[in-house]
Amino acid sequence: MLENAWLIPLFPLLSFLLLLFFGKQWKEMSSHVGIGFTGVSFLLSVIVLFTQMANGSGGAEMVWLTIGQLEFRFGVVVTPLNALMLVIVSLVSFLVHIYSKGYMHSDERLTTFYSYLGLFTFAMLALVISPNLLQLYIFWELVGVGSFLLIGFYFYKEEAKAAAKKAFIMTRIGDVGLLIGMILLFWQVGSLEFNDIFTAVGGGEVPEGLLTLIAILIFVGAVGKSGQFPLHTWLPDAMEGPTPVSALIHAATMVAAGVYLVAALFPVFEASPAAMTVVAVVGGFTAIFAATIGLVQTDIKRVLAYSTVSQLGYMMMALGAAGYVAGVFHLMTHAFFKALLFLAAGSVIHAVHNQNIEKMGGLWTKMRITGPVFLIGTLAISGVPLFSGFFSKDEILLATWYDGRYGLFIIGLVAAFFTAFYMFRLFFMVFTGEHRSEVTEVRESPRSMTIPMVVLAFLAAFSGYINTPWFGTFLGDWLAGDSEFLPFEHHEGPVWVMMAASLIAFAGIGLAYLIYYKKSLQRDFLSSHMPATYTLVFNKYFIDEFYQYTVEYAARAVGYLGSFIEKYIVEVIVAAVSGVTRAAGSLGSKLQSGQVQTYGAIAFIGLAILVFLVVWTGGYL
Amino acid sequence: MSAIPVNAYLLLALVLFCIGLFGALTKKNTVIVLISIELMLNAVNINLVAFSKYGINPGITGQIFSLFTITVAAAEAAVGLAILIALYRNRSTVQIDEMNTMKH
Repeated sequence: MLENAWLIPLFPLLSFLLLLFFGKQWKEMSSHVGIGFTGVSFLLSVIVLFTQMANGSGGAEMVWLTIGQLEFRFGVVVTPLNALMLVIVSLVSFLVHIYSKGYMHSDERLTTFYSYLGLFTFAMLALVISPNLLQLYIFWELVGVGSFLLIGFYFYKEEAKAAAKKAFIMTRIGDVGLLIGMILLFWQVGSLEFNDIFTAVGGGEVPEGLLTLIAILIFVGAVGKSGQFPLHTWLPDAMEGPTPVSALIHAATMVAAGVYLVAALFPVFEASPAAMTVVAVVGGFTAIFAATIGLVQTDIKRVLAYSTVSQLGYMMMALGAAGYVAGVFHLMTHAFFKALLFLAAGSVIHAVHNQNIEKMGGLWTKMRITGPVFLIGTLAISGVPLFSGFFSKDEILLATWYDGRYGLFIIGLVAAFFTAFYMFRLFFMVFTGEHRSEVTEVRESPRSMTIPMVVLAFLAAFSGYINTPWFGTFLGDWLAGDSEFLPFEHHEGPVWVMMAASLIAFAGIGLAYLIYYKKSLQRDFLSSHMPATYTLVFNKYFIDEFYQYTVEYAARAVGYLGSFIEKYIVEVIVAAVSGVTRAAGSLGSKLQSGQVQTYGAIAFIGLAILVFLVVWTGGYL
Repeated sequence: MSAIPVNAYLLLALVLFCIGLFGALTKKNTVIVLISIELMLNAVNINLVAFSKYGINPGITGQIFSLFTITVAAAEAAVGLAILIALYRNRSTVQIDEMNTMKH
């Protein structure tokens, strides 16, 4: 089965192509096509997962290009990490396909939407089963295209257009880093196959300094894709896309590709302590930085977006602290609960036609399914004990503790506090209090939207139990088990870490409860004391403005210089060349008077000259 | 009979050809231009006949060739005049310098 894993991405591709060519005729039917094909992919992924567990890793490859001695290969490889990613991606994609049937039902371009979803799913699934960096890079760019198309789906909105461009350009900046890293790696190792790279790195064939550089450059690619500081600004803006897209691409799958990349190349990072520190510090900083912004945003999707950035930072921090299993574990649980939160947010937006949480409230009684599932997602992300997020967050904190990164450990705890606070702030403002929406008749969303949410709620609540300190570390043993490149040691954590994490989460929830539910604390009791800080955080630390005044103006200056050269140097040369040609032409056309007799006279004179020359030179010209 | 040297024939042909060429290049009336072209053709005919009699390899070929030329010239004159009439109907003129639509 594993050598046939290439079938998995093929089905969404088929869905994309069919909808592209026949979508116009099928209209409503196109959603069924998309759902069906993705469902098949999901089933195959599950089969692959179980085959992998039973028989170990495998795959298939064929030679794609031969250049001299070099061979570039193309194929599939199924490792525990890949199999897990396959299931996560195809499951979330499948559920989002179902959900979109309800969410997008009134959209005229439903077919286009489903075909884009198919394209994205294809690229993402193919990305996670790539056996070499080159193939990974191809699909890495292709998911970028899918993301661009879907963010700009409402292309008639200026913001959506700008956001799509921004996302594409920002991630490209990271991709350049990845590409340079790949080239350096190829130069050193002579192959882009993961196994060759790991063998070479493990054997110490790559010089230490260069290895650090390579790892950091590859990490730059991950920074772009996963919205890490300083390339994070595109991710909140990407919320202009339809909400199912936000759930699929900008929460669960594509943005996790950066984390996946670091995890897939983990041995390379592990060989360089400096690179590990960079990963951990950037991740930790992003985690707390984005969490503070999330505290004050008022757009429901933007709060979730900053939360995503923050959680991705968490995963990076875990990977940087050698917590391979912790990072991947959190990637999985986050995919479930964040997709759930986005879908539930979409359900709320669908009901009240608004994204501002100031204009919501009191929806708990009106949305009997959305409310509870949103609560489950919120509990999971906040790290409340017994929910999935609790176990994965605990793993991350333990990993940082054991790696001796106590600063990051503290940052992790503070970020967890912020996360619990802003998530419950969101929950209380949307679902409790009095009704503030302009829409009076709030109705629960259709079945096609609620069923995927319920499935995800189930996973968000219970998926943590596959790797707990109490019932065994099944996931960890499996993930790191059969690879010689991944040393895995489970940390029997001190109990107080778990206790502290729980207390922190409850403290955050309690504070949100006091402010936004009981209202025993004034909402502005902090912001009124620190207006400058509030303004700074509310405006997202002015990062966008900073880029505006530095990068954009610098780019514009270069542009002006370029256009000056173009206008006054290049164009002058071009004008000179064309002017000379034109003058010669008009001179020539003067000779064409249309007077046959003139032509005749000239021809005769020419003949006479020729004859004269022949005679004068004695017959030899 | 043979008192006339071949040079005289060639000189006559040359004079005739130059008159024809001069007429063809300078006259404004298209009919005269056509006639001048006939003159040039005939100058060639004289050369052909002269060489067929006094040339290095005397023979009948030159005379037959000149007969062909006369025939073709007749046809050419007919076609030329027909074109001229068509032009006249279109442009109401036979002045050659006004027929300059082939200009750039």
